[in-house]
Amino acid sequence: MGYTENELAKDLENQEYKFGFVTNIDSDKAPKGLDESIIRFISAKKNEPEWMLEYRLKAFSIWKEMVEPSWAHVHYEKPDFQEITYYSAPKQTKKYESWDDVDPEMKATMAKLGISLEEQQRLTGTNVAVDFVMDSVSVATSFKAKLAELGIIFCSFSEAVQEHPELVRKYMGSVVPMTDNFYAALNCAVFTDGSFCYIPKGVKCPMELSTYFRINEGGTGQFERTLVVADQGSYVSYLEGCTAPQRDENQLHAAVVELIALDDAEIKYSTVQNWYPGDKEGKGGVFNFVTKRGMCERNAKISWTQVETGSAVTWKYPSCILKGDNSVGEFYSVAVTNNFQQADTGTKMVHLGRNTKSTIISKGISAGKSQNSYRGLVQIHKNASNARNFSQCDSLLMTDECGAHTFPYIECKNSSAKIEHEATTSKIGEDQIFYCLQRGISEEKAISLIVNGYCKEVLNQLPMEFAVEAQKLLAISLEGSVG
Amino acid sequence: MITIKNLHASIDGKEILKGLNLEVKAGEVHAIMGPNGAGKSTLASVLAGREEYEITEGSVDFDGQDLLELSTEDRAREGLFLAFQYPIEIPGVSNINFLRTSLNEIRDYKGEEQISAKDFMALVREKSALVELDAKLASRSVNEGFSGGEKKRNEIFQMAMLNPKLSILDETDSGLDIDALRIVANGVNKLKSPENATIVITHYQRLLDYIVPDVVHVLYNGKIVKSGPKELALELEEKGYDWIKAEVDAQ
Repeated sequence: MGYTENELAKDLENQEYKFGFVTNIDSDKAPKGLDESIIRFISAKKNEPEWMLEYRLKAFSIWKEMVEPSWAHVHYEKPDFQEITYYSAPKQTKKYESWDDVDPEMKATMAKLGISLEEQQRLTGTNVAVDFVMDSVSVATSFKAKLAELGIIFCSFSEAVQEHPELVRKYMGSVVPMTDNFYAALNCAVFTDGSFCYIPKGVKCPMELSTYFRINEGGTGQFERTLVVADQGSYVSYLEGCTAPQRDENQLHAAVVELIALDDAEIKYSTVQNWYPGDKEGKGGVFNFVTKRGMCERNAKISWTQVETGSAVTWKYPSCILKGDNSVGEFYSVAVTNNFQQADTGTKMVHLGRNTKSTIISKGISAGKSQNSYRGLVQIHKNASNARNFSQCDSLLMTDECGAHTFPYIECKNSSAKIEHEATTSKIGEDQIFYCLQRGISEEKAISLIVNGYCKEVLNQLPMEFAVEAQKLLAISLEGSVG
Repeated sequence: MITIKNLHASIDGKEILKGLNLEVKAGEVHAIMGPNGAGKSTLASVLAGREEYEITEGSVDFDGQDLLELSTEDRAREGLFLAFQYPIEIPGVSNINFLRTSLNEIRDYKGEEQISAKDFMALVREKSALVELDAKLASRSVNEGFSGGEKKRNEIFQMAMLNPKLSILDETDSGLDIDALRIVANGVNKLKSPENATIVITHYQRLLDYIVPDVVHVLYNGKIVKSGPKELALELEEKGYDWIKAEVDAQ
């Protein structure tokens, strides 16, 4: 008959990971392990200029002196950094001039992931430009020419290093320095590719820019960098999606994302993260250790929206440094954990300028035996007069065995600041489910409705096509295989 | 429409319904009255399929089907509707989305096509007018921030949208002022047809001034102890329940 906690829990266990397939593409790999020669190998493979190699080597020497952080509310076996392959590229290395040149296997992979570029071009006209990063290499970037007409640069990170070194050198590491943390330093040393985007002064980017990340090879780590620079008065909306095959071993993903919003610019950065979460016994899955940070100059605005459903362990705090006066930072997050997943995620809002404003809306959903933590820091500096923050952290529990935790930190050094924090924890209501059932709505649909309703404030921040995908993903993550 | 025979139900080991019999035919309106704790709301919950209750004995035939064998959602899809005494809030889910999901699930069950957006909105306009429900409420989150009266009107609005065979109104009059009561009752009356039936569970006779029942039953101590025409309600209003209790206890 209707809904019981146990049935729900069982349902949840049976959920399947839809993106667990492996694509058979020959790849060009570095030997596993990490030392200076590997870094030189990566740099040489990418035909990098000397300054880039130096940057990597410097980061590597810093990283060697650092220890892995252990303050997060997550428990896992530390990765053996000598067992990881740091470079793996689909073998076909020639550049794609057009969509027709792309390897059919690769196209099939994209289609399976629901991101067929052909389809997108056909259906949405010119709405989304996509950069597809498989393992370590960017394999397809669409709409480049069209964007170039507006002076917008949207390309792989490697290409940017070659074609736009002045921009890369100026901004890379300006928001997340290589000394920032253990994983950021590692990324600086071994990053293989990623996306780069530059929006010139006063230009409103007419379409969503999107990067799709995929880990394919076994035993590899994915270390990509994303750098988005929005010049004065410009606007861009940027999307990022991630999946990985189902594998028994843990895979490491340590990315760095830097956003720079110059005066009066606005960047909207949305992520739907669905890395493989491991099986229902907690075996395998991706370690998602990511550093994301944005810098806001005067009157600028950065808005992070994330829907996190995947990964075995997530450690990620998309943050905003509100340096310029009147700048605005926003963080909207839905984090779902199931089975043995662990997430420690949140944000940092650092208020430096006057009249700076930040908003934090975090919705955690825990199911199975998972642990879900919100960790946030609101920091108001001495000169940040009239700074304002509003935080709301809600947790929804689906079972009796899962956990939800909130670690909000507030540091305020200016008495004119206004800081509000609201938090709730609730269990999914049996009354709500009964009400839905009594209206003829099946239990699965009921849960999906209730959960989507609970996350609405966050989902509303996503661009339309992405919101639909995110809703479906939430349903899959929480209901087991539908049908 | 529905035939309940010797129904026994308990919760947490405590028996609440103790051999209840009731028959309601298509086209009829039955009122169930009774003192606090008699089992009125339990009856509504048991018929709707609430899990906490254990059925220990008895049968319920709903239009030729064994109601007790059906899941909660299938009972609803077969046309059993419960207007909740305390309607539940579902934050972030619009009334419209909720009802469209509901309507389509029911249609799907019956092998009918999904309702088009256009037809659905036309239906919303038509039915919300019936209970004088502000169109704005239709697009707000289900029952969230609704006043008591709005919640009850919303229940009747949903009933109108889903067009059930059997509606059970559980204390729909509680917490309503006289104007809201009239509106709700009007809605129910307009929905009455020879094909459907209504069970009105109420504490007070007041609602029955507006929704005129064919039969009035008194539920006491888990059983129907007295049935009669609508005048019985007036008698209860005047004399209270003590004389019935005395009558039953004397037997």
